[in-house]
Amino acid sequence: MKLVTAVIKPHKWEDVREALETFGVTGMTVSEVSGYGRQKGHTEVYRGAEYDIALVPKIRIEIVVDDADTEDVVGIITKTAHTGRIGDGKVWVSPIDTVVRVRTGDQDAAAL
Amino acid sequence: MENGYYTWMLVSASLVLLMTAPGLALFYGGMSRTKSVLNMLMMSFSALGVVGIVYALWGWSMSYSTGFANVDGKAGKEIAMLFSDPFNQFGLEKTDPANYVFVAFQLTFAVITAALISGAVADRLKFSAWLLFLPIWVTLSYFPLAHMVFGGGFLSGAEGGLADLLFSGKDGAEVAPIDYAGGTVVHINAGVAGLVLALLLGKRIGFGKDPMKPHNLTLTMIGAGLLWFGWFGFNVGSIINLDAYTTETGLVWLNTTLATCAAMLGWLAVEKFRDGHATSLGAASGVVAGLVAITPACGNLVPWSSMVLGLVAGAVCALAVGLKYKFGYDDSLDVVGVHLVGGLIGTVGVGFLASNGGGLLTGGGPKQLVVQIAIAVFAMLWSGLATLIVALFVKAVIGLRIAEDDEVEGIDFVEHGESAYDFGTGGGARRASVLSSSTTSATER
Repeated sequence: MKLVTAVIKPHKWEDVREALETFGVTGMTVSEVSGYGRQKGHTEVYRGAEYDIALVPKIRIEIVVDDADTEDVVGIITKTAHTGRIGDGKVWVSPIDTVVRVRTGDQDAAAL
Repeated sequence: MENGYYTWMLVSASLVLLMTAPGLALFYGGMSRTKSVLNMLMMSFSALGVVGIVYALWGWSMSYSTGFANVDGKAGKEIAMLFSDPFNQFGLEKTDPANYVFVAFQLTFAVITAALISGAVADRLKFSAWLLFLPIWVTLSYFPLAHMVFGGGFLSGAEGGLADLLFSGKDGAEVAPIDYAGGTVVHINAGVAGLVLALLLGKRIGFGKDPMKPHNLTLTMIGAGLLWFGWFGFNVGSIINLDAYTTETGLVWLNTTLATCAAMLGWLAVEKFRDGHATSLGAASGVVAGLVAITPACGNLVPWSSMVLGLVAGAVCALAVGLKYKFGYDDSLDVVGVHLVGGLIGTVGVGFLASNGGGLLTGGGPKQLVVQIAIAVFAMLWSGLATLIVALFVKAVIGLRIAEDDEVEGIDFVEHGESAYDFGTGGGARRASVLSSSTTSATER
């Protein structure tokens, strides 16, 4: 099993969710996060005073998937969240040891 | 006509009350950070609580005391009388009930003047210090100035007054000072007080370094709109001459609105030209700058000159809010840049533009202008000295500023035990994450 984590542009989130659902992903954890990459935020001006706003709002998606589906899921996210402009985000994959479904006690593949 | 007067004065008093709570509270609250918005709202609301009561106890007595009917200007004499018997109508028991509508109206003026100051002290003034500052400040600064300007005292056209000393005429000054609804008493007064407090308090931790941007400009826009609406009570309600109602009510309303429209556009033009964007904060600020500037002048201008005054006020105030970075004082929400500068533009500007040939540019010679400058300077000196005395007293008794850790933590939680929002972490909030705000046990205390 793998944990796929994606940080994407907020306005792409609905597209990504739909594409993943069509593929068969049954659940995910989503959070509103902020951060910055190479583009380093932006500036805003209030009453003539300039502020550097380092953090840009993003959506973070976390999905635990079967090893076999990993490549497809990463591909779907990469394709759907892509705009070609700076700040499109990142996707990374990490290994998972164990998954337990809290309600039933099911483990690993059965818990997905 | 009499009935109409009472009706309108009650409406006006209620409108001016709306300016403080929630108008000014929201205008300032939206500009604060998420960790200090409640304290900002509370400074306006508590000004209403404290100054409202003080006004009925001895504020009216000092400001309009009929006990000193013939003060005839003369600063020394007037002040001696004000402070020798400030309680002659204590609690309004000896006040003619026929005057109560006027007491109500003037009460709301004292309240908003005090509340205006709070913008200069955001994030760091002890709430207890604010509560102690309020009654003493209105007693030493607001009530005396109100008496001098509105009560026929030293800054009116009375015999022996400042204008009479400059250009003496028969039965008083040749040229009476113009301050229709409180450019000196309210705005210059609050602006100077804000400056003095900001200087004594010092800068917020991280001033000029951390982003201290407004946390919710929607609130600020709502507040600015409510201030504009309430200002019709403030200015149009200031017509105290019954005979003037037919000719002045519409004029004052129009002048108030036209100056404000022009000031908003003036502020936005400066921003667009200088920063590249016309901002919502700029629109809200321009509205208030225009309202401030037209306040002393609204009965003595015509529609075109109101627009000129408003445009100048909007543009100049948009530049003046940058002064604090140049001189290094932390007037957090720009009480100086908007109220002191706007108040000066209005008070002095009417010396240039006064209608009926009274101003320098309208064919009246320099006398009106000189008188206007004189009352503005006097008001600044009075307010500055009074505020300094009060603030140093409060500092000596309970201290002005909250502890450094508390300021970083956020004044809302430290002073009021509350946090404004249960979501997000933007704008410097430290206690707003889902985990720290979820209630672990809702037991009774």
